[in-house]
Amino acid sequence: MIVDQLRELCARLLSEGTAQVVIGYGQAAPGKPAYPVFIRRAEDADQLVWNDQCMTNLAATLKRREVKALGKPAVIVKGCDERALIMLAKESQIVRANIYVIGVECNGAGRPAMAKCASCDVHVPRWTDTVIRETESQAAAVRTTPSSARYADLEAFMRKTPEARLAFWRAEFGRCVKCYACRQVCPLCYCERCIADKNRPCVIDTSATPKGNFAWHITRAFHLAARCAGCDECARACPAHIDLRLLNLALAAAAEDHFGWRAGMDPEAEPPAGAYSLKDKEDFIG
Amino acid sequence: MNETNRFEPRIIAYVCNWCTYLGADLAGTNRLEYPANVRIIRFPCTGRIDFNLIVKAFEAGADAVLVSGCHPGDCHYTAGNYHARRRWMLFRQLLDTLGIDLNRIHFTWISAAEGRKWAQVVTGITEQTRQMGPYTAYREIARASA
Repeated sequence: MIVDQLRELCARLLSEGTAQVVIGYGQAAPGKPAYPVFIRRAEDADQLVWNDQCMTNLAATLKRREVKALGKPAVIVKGCDERALIMLAKESQIVRANIYVIGVECNGAGRPAMAKCASCDVHVPRWTDTVIRETESQAAAVRTTPSSARYADLEAFMRKTPEARLAFWRAEFGRCVKCYACRQVCPLCYCERCIADKNRPCVIDTSATPKGNFAWHITRAFHLAARCAGCDECARACPAHIDLRLLNLALAAAAEDHFGWRAGMDPEAEPPAGAYSLKDKEDFIG
Repeated sequence: MNETNRFEPRIIAYVCNWCTYLGADLAGTNRLEYPANVRIIRFPCTGRIDFNLIVKAFEAGADAVLVSGCHPGDCHYTAGNYHARRRWMLFRQLLDTLGIDLNRIHFTWISAAEGRKWAQVVTGITEQTRQMGPYTAYREIARASA
């Protein structure tokens, strides 16, 4: 059982002093969504769980100051979470050597499985210190999914007319209450002061009106352009069920199309955000 | 529609200080005529032109936005326009997904020597926007209270 191996490993890491805190999943009752737990004593290791309710992207906890204050972490990641971890390292937000990464094989989280799982091609994390798998004989770490499967939802949406798309987003953003949960759960939204909180000058209208909501959601999506690792935590955290996944997909598709880039897939690749190429396409510039 | 209440588009032009602004200045000193529908806002570099400014222009009631700066290789700061170009490549895709009218957002390179190109670009955009009419879709978004 994966969970037994996890608990054993957690207890060992803490008692040996390899890590000061193990960031994993806890659960109030079977079938309830799992939540992050921060285990600091070996005897608490049996709080850890592993099942299809472990949806939370624990990489997002690493950006928090109070978590950094706990000492060297060991963090449990799924393949999708690991992509966020790679991006955090790429952007100098974490030092990979100072984190013990426990990868766990995942064949779909959530019940029913989250939308991202259908086209997942990182069932087994690859950039870990330890990886725990269901059985040793299972399929290769990276199963390639055709890009058409990754962007199927986006392509279906883009078949609507621009007017229908704008009307769709007016309805979606109309439900936004500006709780900024999408920002708080995002592993890559780590600015100490978010532009949405700045008011001199006020770039984004702070009210939850169509104007303010469009400005916010455009900003949130675009600040993650070619950076978003596609964990879909923003969409899952949204109390208004706004389809934020679609906006993230649009920018991921653009980044893959223009730069052949998928955020967090290759720790060696150079991110296209903040860089440029003399060969960038400019057929839209007069 | 008669001559007095003809729709006059409002066009916001975000331009770079070193090339397009001087190009527009050259158009002026050459006494070239172009429509007065354009409001020029000068920036140090196209690299400084934040995507939020494009959104802001539409919020404020612009019917079209023009973003213009130095040709590739001519940037006063070496690479600002390359960074801007890459940003727009992605930003256009986002706006398209949102259903925002890409025909109302224009990108050009206009150098300090291209006063004539500036006049032509502004004339062209003004004519095109006049045909399309006011950008009521975004104006409604900016005005609605809920």
